[in-house]
Amino acid sequence: MEALIHASPFTGYVYPNETIVPWTVLIVVYPYLTGLVAGAFTISSLYQVFGFTQLRPVAHFALLISLCCMLTVPLPLLLHLGHPERAFNAMITPHITSAFAIFGYAAAFYIVLLVLETWFVFRPHIVQQAQQQTGVMGWGYRILSLGSDDVSDKAMRYDQKWLFALAIIGIPGAHGLHGYVGFVFGSLKSREWWSSDLMPVIFLFSAIISGTALVIVLYVLSCKLRKVSVDLSCLKVMAYSLWGFMMFTLLIEGVEFASLVYRGREGIDVIMEFVKGPLVVPFFILQFGVGSVFPLAVITFLIWRGTGGTALVIGITGSAILVLLAVLMMRYNVVIGGQEISKTARGLVAYHPPIFGREGLLAAGIVLAIPMVLLMVLVRLFPPWEKAAA
Amino acid sequence: MDENERLEPHDKERRDFLSCLGSAIACGAAAVAANSVASPATAATPAAAAAAEPGIPGYDWSKHQWGFGVDAEKCIGCLRCVEACKKENNVALDPNHFRTWVERYVTLQGEDKARIDSQHDPVNIAASPKEGEYRFANRYKDANVEKAFFVPKLCNHCTNPACVQVCPTGATYKTEDGVVVIDHTYCIGCQYCVQACPYGARFFNEEKNVTDKCTWCYHRITKGLQPACVEVCPVGARVFGDRNDKQSPISQFIQNNRVRVLRPETGNAPNVFYVGTDKDVI
Repeated sequence: MEALIHASPFTGYVYPNETIVPWTVLIVVYPYLTGLVAGAFTISSLYQVFGFTQLRPVAHFALLISLCCMLTVPLPLLLHLGHPERAFNAMITPHITSAFAIFGYAAAFYIVLLVLETWFVFRPHIVQQAQQQTGVMGWGYRILSLGSDDVSDKAMRYDQKWLFALAIIGIPGAHGLHGYVGFVFGSLKSREWWSSDLMPVIFLFSAIISGTALVIVLYVLSCKLRKVSVDLSCLKVMAYSLWGFMMFTLLIEGVEFASLVYRGREGIDVIMEFVKGPLVVPFFILQFGVGSVFPLAVITFLIWRGTGGTALVIGITGSAILVLLAVLMMRYNVVIGGQEISKTARGLVAYHPPIFGREGLLAAGIVLAIPMVLLMVLVRLFPPWEKAAA
Repeated sequence: MDENERLEPHDKERRDFLSCLGSAIACGAAAVAANSVASPATAATPAAAAAAEPGIPGYDWSKHQWGFGVDAEKCIGCLRCVEACKKENNVALDPNHFRTWVERYVTLQGEDKARIDSQHDPVNIAASPKEGEYRFANRYKDANVEKAFFVPKLCNHCTNPACVQVCPTGATYKTEDGVVVIDHTYCIGCQYCVQACPYGARFFNEEKNVTDKCTWCYHRITKGLQPACVEVCPVGARVFGDRNDKQSPISQFIQNNRVRVLRPETGNAPNVFYVGTDKDVI
């Protein structure tokens, strides 16, 4: 039994059952991934729905990123479940009062939507490959074409209507899915650290910045790998979006924290003890300082100075990497932090994630790497760059 | 033997549901009706719960309404209840899994807030004879103690249980006779309920990979016995009975004392009633 459990030390008084933290790094990865889905989809939609033509070079790439992350979203949850083989119980017999009960349906709906949108976006490519390729690949593309090889202007206009509709449905879909993840935490009255009406909003906006940052990093990386120059106007629009959404996220987070402190309900003493102690490095230094204020200052400087060329690319990409770190830390500080503050409001649990094991850092790292591997495959099957070149 | 394994009213429901679903797939639209009729999601409602009564011979759960009382004035912190519970319910012996526990509140002279510990505190573990047997260390023997008392804790079997609300599958539910139980054969082990309980009453059972908690020894009370912790308490600090019976120990306890419940502000409406607690009790 001892080998199966990972009990944490504590200070003050915590309930005896609280020494084993129920939700671990896998549940940190879960909202992080759904956030990346929503953020990348936002970039795709800014082009697809709102006509941000500068984003054309990354629009389809962002859609693929969103799809790859979304396909991985159920994995950390399944790994975390005590009985993953019973996961479908929640869908077969959903307990409608539970915020979790809707997840299976919402995730399934959104995966279908993303797959459909991806199919419409890459249909001309699929048809072309189905006609050109032979062997297994040819068969694969022919199956993917679903027997439809009409790429006439009329058919394309019809596809565009579908794309527009799917992108429009996808916006509330993606953002709803992630806002709902925020609701799962925010609606729990048992934990003061989570129990906030602003939690869904904070989750949503931090999702948008993380997804935007991921698209920036992967786009620049892909340009380097493909040995093509980075489209600076596209990069700038993404940087502007990142800047705007970051400002908003920081403000909301600040308001949320200020409200918590100002309300000063029972347990605020131990929360302040937590904030001034264990939270200093993960929150103030990593999430707030290095991951938010610094990149915000860098992007502000770049915009203000009108920097261009390599300096702009390096500055924005570096900032985006830090933002990705900040949002990961935000998820960690919310999910793990909330459980480190005891329900007794008289003590703190000190959780140190194990490296190995099903709920260890290594497993979480592998889960985070899976969308990247998927993306490497999908980018080869459905090159998202061709339209930009055309 | 764990009554969660025996008491499986949902099993029948699920079999019904699945067979309904099977025919529904064949019949098309009937599936929706089958789902809404047979889903355990509705088990929390009295009508559906009544239909799912477990087949315990000679027991009619509609005739009972169980309640629990704790007289903290009487508790001596001997922890027999904790040990008995672990043995009776096969709870892991380590100091991280408890269906019931006892808290010690000690206010020293000159201090405003009580110092709180329980049997899982490392100092108390060091003073305990072996794993599964617990003692409170005499850690305040040289201090000027102004006030000290013990408070036994357990699942509150709330009227509006937050744990039942958040369960995505309906594996945890409230029985007709007022007990919150978990169907260990249906729980997916997501631990959302562990998070939702404001009292820290739930834990994860690593042996079965499901969540676990106090059931008021449902396997005993449905046979006319007392819960194990009540049975072994040498001072009568724990009181249990049927609230439908006005002469039962719990009815008398509530009637004759000014009782309180823990954290009423959560809206959970607990069904464990306390006497002799203090402002510091959480």
